[in-house]
Amino acid sequence: MSTARADASDEAPAPSPKTGSRPDAASVAGERDNWQLIVGLEVHVELATATKLFSGSANRFGDEPNTNIDPVTLGLPGALPVLNRQAVELAMRIGVALNCTIQPCSFHRKNYFYPDMPKAYQISQYDVPLNIDGWLDLPDGFRVGIERAHLEEDTGKSTHMGGAGGRIHGSDASLIDFNRAGVPLVEIVSRPDIRTSEQARQYVTELRGILVAIGASDAKMEEGSMRVDANVSVHHPGEPLGTRCEIKNLNSVRSLGRAIEYEASRQIDLLESGATVRQETRHWDEGDGRTHTLRTKEDADDYRYFLEPDLVPLVPDAEWVNAVRTAMPPLPAARRATLADASGAPVTGEAIAVVVDRGQDAYILAVAAAGGDAGRALVHVKEAFADQGDNPVVPAADVAGLTRLELEGALTATQAKAVLADLVENGGGDAAGIAKAKGFEAMDTGALESLVDDAIAANQGAWEKYAGGEDKAIGALVGAVMKASRGQADGGAVTALLQSKRGE
Amino acid sequence: MSAEHTTAIEIASGVRAGERSAVDVLEQHLAAIAQGEGAIHAFNLVLTDEARAAAAAIDAAVAAGNDPGPLAGVPVALKDNMCTRGIPTTCSSKILEGWKPPYDATVVTRLKEAGAVIVGKTNLDEFAMGSSTENSAFGPTRNPHDTSRVPGGSSGGSAASVAAGFAALSFGSDTGGSIRQPAALCGVVGVKPTYGVVSRQGLVAFASSLDQIGPFSHTVADAALAIEVVGGHDPGDSTSIPRPAPDVVTILGDGVEGLRIGRITDLPSGADPDVVERLEAAFDALADAGAKVVDVQVPAFTYGLTAYYLIAPSEASSNLARYDGVRYGLRVDAPDTNSMYMATRAAGFGDEVKRRIMLGTYALSAGYYDAYYGKALKVRRLITDDFNRAYEHADVLLTPASPSVAFPFGDKTDNPLAMYLCDTYTIPSNLSGDPAMSVPFGTGAEGLPVGVQILAPALGEPVMFKVAAELERRAS
Repeated sequence: MSTARADASDEAPAPSPKTGSRPDAASVAGERDNWQLIVGLEVHVELATATKLFSGSANRFGDEPNTNIDPVTLGLPGALPVLNRQAVELAMRIGVALNCTIQPCSFHRKNYFYPDMPKAYQISQYDVPLNIDGWLDLPDGFRVGIERAHLEEDTGKSTHMGGAGGRIHGSDASLIDFNRAGVPLVEIVSRPDIRTSEQARQYVTELRGILVAIGASDAKMEEGSMRVDANVSVHHPGEPLGTRCEIKNLNSVRSLGRAIEYEASRQIDLLESGATVRQETRHWDEGDGRTHTLRTKEDADDYRYFLEPDLVPLVPDAEWVNAVRTAMPPLPAARRATLADASGAPVTGEAIAVVVDRGQDAYILAVAAAGGDAGRALVHVKEAFADQGDNPVVPAADVAGLTRLELEGALTATQAKAVLADLVENGGGDAAGIAKAKGFEAMDTGALESLVDDAIAANQGAWEKYAGGEDKAIGALVGAVMKASRGQADGGAVTALLQSKRGE
Repeated sequence: MSAEHTTAIEIASGVRAGERSAVDVLEQHLAAIAQGEGAIHAFNLVLTDEARAAAAAIDAAVAAGNDPGPLAGVPVALKDNMCTRGIPTTCSSKILEGWKPPYDATVVTRLKEAGAVIVGKTNLDEFAMGSSTENSAFGPTRNPHDTSRVPGGSSGGSAASVAAGFAALSFGSDTGGSIRQPAALCGVVGVKPTYGVVSRQGLVAFASSLDQIGPFSHTVADAALAIEVVGGHDPGDSTSIPRPAPDVVTILGDGVEGLRIGRITDLPSGADPDVVERLEAAFDALADAGAKVVDVQVPAFTYGLTAYYLIAPSEASSNLARYDGVRYGLRVDAPDTNSMYMATRAAGFGDEVKRRIMLGTYALSAGYYDAYYGKALKVRRLITDDFNRAYEHADVLLTPASPSVAFPFGDKTDNPLAMYLCDTYTIPSNLSGDPAMSVPFGTGAEGLPVGVQILAPALGEPVMFKVAAELERRAS
């Protein structure tokens, strides 16, 4: 329900965390006396709609402040909200992608005063949200339940001038930009199924990939179009769940992991010293690597939720839901599987993850379709196409040509890299022509064999070791051949020759 | 209708035919305002210059052979809670001091498109909360029939402006009776359409699920025309019914032969004898005209007032939270934001508004919601169900519009509950969303006007107007 906010500054004395003695932060809770970490995540994403949730103003990040505004955005008297159909559709896509039930739903008002909240209430979904009861599978198959994914409007953005810590309390003045007010958000609430900070990181990474893949959001944590709050508690397995704290101001996946680790340790320290954990909202400070009290349960607002009388219930009919379902693009998990099949690379490997995240998997499949080798294309694209986005400029057929030359043994790995660099630099080209222009001609076996013999002669010690069964001694021999050929020799072919000379 | 008043239909037909000048019509009304407004105080703002320009444009259009529309040259007054572009819209509250809306309410747009000439913004109980217009921050409006008495409220200025001949037609908003009760007290026709027939876009909200805009007029026919002009679907209001305006003009002469007129046998008591006498006379008149009077029961009717005073303040507490001094209107400077909120709202709102904000905030609070707001919603459902059962036996229901004729100033200002009882008979239709209207039907004590209220089922405007037209014929 809540959006990130930093309006309270009642700093409670922090317990003294034993940061110095803390082990590597991979899984603090799990390693400390059988403590079990319990994490649930609330993720707010700004939807990539053309206009706002309830008005026609543009939904665009980075514009001049207070230019994308209108009577509804500003909460002017008499202004009424009209629900944005595109926002509903994107929210339903999220529901489908997260295996949720999409249901008839309603909007409520969440009432509280804050200067960047123009109506002094936020229109949100309360007891009957659009999407419920889904799940998200992490790449390793671990399943995290999704409680709900509901629509709501964003607030404006406050900038507090002067005073301490950029908070409203004690500041000299506050500037408000209402461009963000009324931007459509979906809040995705996980079940408290996450058990490690690494799972939390994976969850957010996977969710981000899904949101981008389905066109629901650009999901940029650094720009605030994806905001993550973590509910963290610890307990001993078999005992009741511990009191949870909600951590805000997590601006990167890395911060999320660090904050969870810190918070788990803080809570364990408290409990082990006989104290109790107080239910509160805490603010992650990237600078000092700690969480700090933002507000306690006692000073939580009473939001006085009630049904928004300016809107009617949202009842997506079956036809609409089916249309959304049918139009869903493949999700990252399926795309990773497809790419793994095509390339032979491991589905959980880094190359597959990186390339799918960049949206370049379709390109690799296009290389294969053009007669290229998907496995080699995967490596090339991962290494050389980082800046090319999901629609690389190099024609897929050109990369296909390159991988064919490699397969034929016409190019060494080093030569292939050079040709690839040329393709990237010039936006494509004929790989064979480029190789020829660069003087990359495959060495015939005779020339290669004489280089190998030279290397054996010049490195008798290494050869004796290798011939005597010391495999790693081959390195010096291959290195000598590569040096003599100025990198033109094919390392695989050199190894094969040396092996045959050893009598294999 | 008094002889000196010209109806909207007469004006529009004369102007459209080129037989009357819109400018002349306007000047007659401006002269009436100049003469009478000092005693009545119907307006927060008279738009003399804007109205003259609009009237001249209407005459020019007619001269050019164009039809300015069904309300050509009709001087219209608007309750000052409807947004008018570039023109102050105050809700008779200090908190909106200096605010000029950057847009017209849908109703205003449709009126202008129909050729109406907006003559001014009328006084009201602050944010439409009240039944006498005594809660205005700018002083009360006086009843044209007796200036020592209230015009009713909250749309007292709109009712008085028509009764006094300042405008041929006016518009108010009705959340719990704020059109029908002042119409009764001022001796004019006042209509609350079915919820959703008239767009609320640009109406400053009091209680969003109850608010509905409607007309005041001298005649039933003028009110019917007004509904057809401003009614009908507006995509800018999500609660607007996706249908054209009800067809109420052509059926006015149909009569009531065979219609079943319901008498609510368990109606809350408390109406003055003179009012009850006129209600009985209305039943008799309709029976004379061929209608059949039937007894019906609406058991939950009596709980309407209680439910209303939980639901309306709850919504109001939320709707009025935006007046925080941050973006527009009054701001009382203070050292920090919370103090600024408090100082601004303390200075900007009157007592009745504060009372209702506190009531509503309490009713919605954690731990009290179920007992108050939640229970009120259940009563609301019961009232709707009871009405629907009654409409299985009757086409319309008749009740008093107000328990009494216009009362003297100060009579109820020290007793909010006595003031709230003014709306006993009008509130249930707001809770059910059904249409209702008040039609003048003779006079009561001191020769003051009495209104009879006609209630109809949702979208039952046509049958409601048939009965109203018959009562109008029988009243004169």
